Amino acid sequence: MRMYPAACAGIALLTLSACGGGDPLETDDDAATDDGDSAELVIGSQQYYSNTIIAEIYAQVLENEGHEVQREFEIGQREVYIPELESGAIDVFPEYTGNLAAYLDPDIDSGDPDSVHADLQEVLPEGLETLDYADATDQDSYVVTAEFAEENDLTTVADLAEVDEDLSIAANSEFETRPYGIGGLSETYGVELTLVPVEDSGGPLTLGALLDGDVEVANIYSADPAIEDNDLVILEDTESLVLPQNVVPVVSENVDDEARAALNEVQNVLDQQALLDINAHSQSTQDSPADVAQWWLEDQGMLD
Amino acid sequence: MNHLIDAFDVLLDPESWSGPGGFGVRMLEHLWYTALALIISAAIALPVGLMVGHTGRGRALAVISTGLVRALPTLGLITLAALFVGIGLTAPMIAFVVLAVPSILAGAYAGVESVSPATTDVAKAQGMSGWQVLLRVEIPLGLPLIIGGLRNATLQVVATATLAAYVGAGGLGRQLFLGLRTQDYPLMLAASIAVILLAIVLDACFEFSQRLLRRLLGLV
Repeated sequence: MRMYPAACAGIALLTLSACGGGDPLETDDDAATDDGDSAELVIGSQQYYSNTIIAEIYAQVLENEGHEVQREFEIGQREVYIPELESGAIDVFPEYTGNLAAYLDPDIDSGDPDSVHADLQEVLPEGLETLDYADATDQDSYVVTAEFAEENDLTTVADLAEVDEDLSIAANSEFETRPYGIGGLSETYGVELTLVPVEDSGGPLTLGALLDGDVEVANIYSADPAIEDNDLVILEDTESLVLPQNVVPVVSENVDDEARAALNEVQNVLDQQALLDINAHSQSTQDSPADVAQWWLEDQGMLD
Repeated sequence: MNHLIDAFDVLLDPESWSGPGGFGVRMLEHLWYTALALIISAAIALPVGLMVGHTGRGRALAVISTGLVRALPTLGLITLAALFVGIGLTAPMIAFVVLAVPSILAGAYAGVESVSPATTDVAKAQGMSGWQVLLRVEIPLGLPLIIGGLRNATLQVVATATLAAYVGAGGLGRQLFLGLRTQDYPLMLAASIAVILLAIVLDACFEFSQRLLRRLLGLV
């Protein structure tokens, strides 16, 4: 409970400084607040700590630029928040290229990050746009322990086909039927794995199964700090079996060019290591998303 | 309603029952987990419950501790246990035993206590030892309640055994989770119906055996 006063104070300070920087009634050269009658930007986030921190980073950067921001965080699923984005109730939302594209068009083809980002533009509803995608991804990845990788000389997913023993993978049960799952691995790479379903989406149980040696491979998200902490190796998915999930902000027409430029600045520095650092910091300190976002932005020298 | 019809289509399709991951195998696994959990729980809870009922000692402790344990969320317990013992059947089995013990324990001591003191006094007056009173008087007369406790425990475990699939074990939870994760709601519903059917059949078996017992004991 101790973190709440600190977080509140932090938000209060940020709000105050934001007001001081861009009062719509006093400054007439401020493009952000000039056009339109309501300059307040509504920022949403998924019910996922890492996503909420990214949303908070966007919020603080926009506030730093003098925009008024309203936070609508921890909205559950795409089924709920995509209509809100379309209706204009939400203006900025951190998303992931592949999953968003697949949500909008289930038949989307996998490919490299560029092509998926390009495909996403085709299927986005009218009035919504995405900004630059970040190098950081948060996607399913095939992970093995460092020892196992070394023993069997593994660097790519295809290398698994050369391993001369029965291999099993710990993953959510949907791995049974997903294109990047058991069937896809067999078809694309000739890799035959037995699924051991562990339903915590690459969480501590999946990690435990891998470290205990119950399974040889695990499906863990690429932005999970556990990968670094436990010296795990992500096998390179050379054929893009997994849909790339680069972090990308979806924005509405209410977001002006200046705000877009500010968000793109964040996108340009948000690489994989940065996202891993952010998530690791959040997990080790248990700070609020606002504090974690502020910590990272100050570290990057992006708040003034 | 369409999902429900589709779910019955899934259940009526012989394809979905065959194979190593089919409903047939999963249902047997499910039954096996339930039986195993009940055997372990009964081995723990029956002796303790009978002694509590017979001696009257530790009753408050039994009531409070079983009440507390009942409040534990099973999924949380499975996750916690799996973090220590790893994935597989051990962690869910611990949780199922924790789930089943309170019902069996309560049934056991309530069964023994339900025997009228006058009856046990008569037994003692005839020269029966404590053990003889327990084995020949209290247990036979308390049997309907003791079996009632087992019946409650069975129902709870068979309905909860789907969670074994959460940590890499089998059972009907496999189909349930697969349906949930892939938005295949007919499959999910089919697995749920299979669990419900299993629960009804098991409960009917207990109902039948309880009736039979009452008749044999002349309690009806």
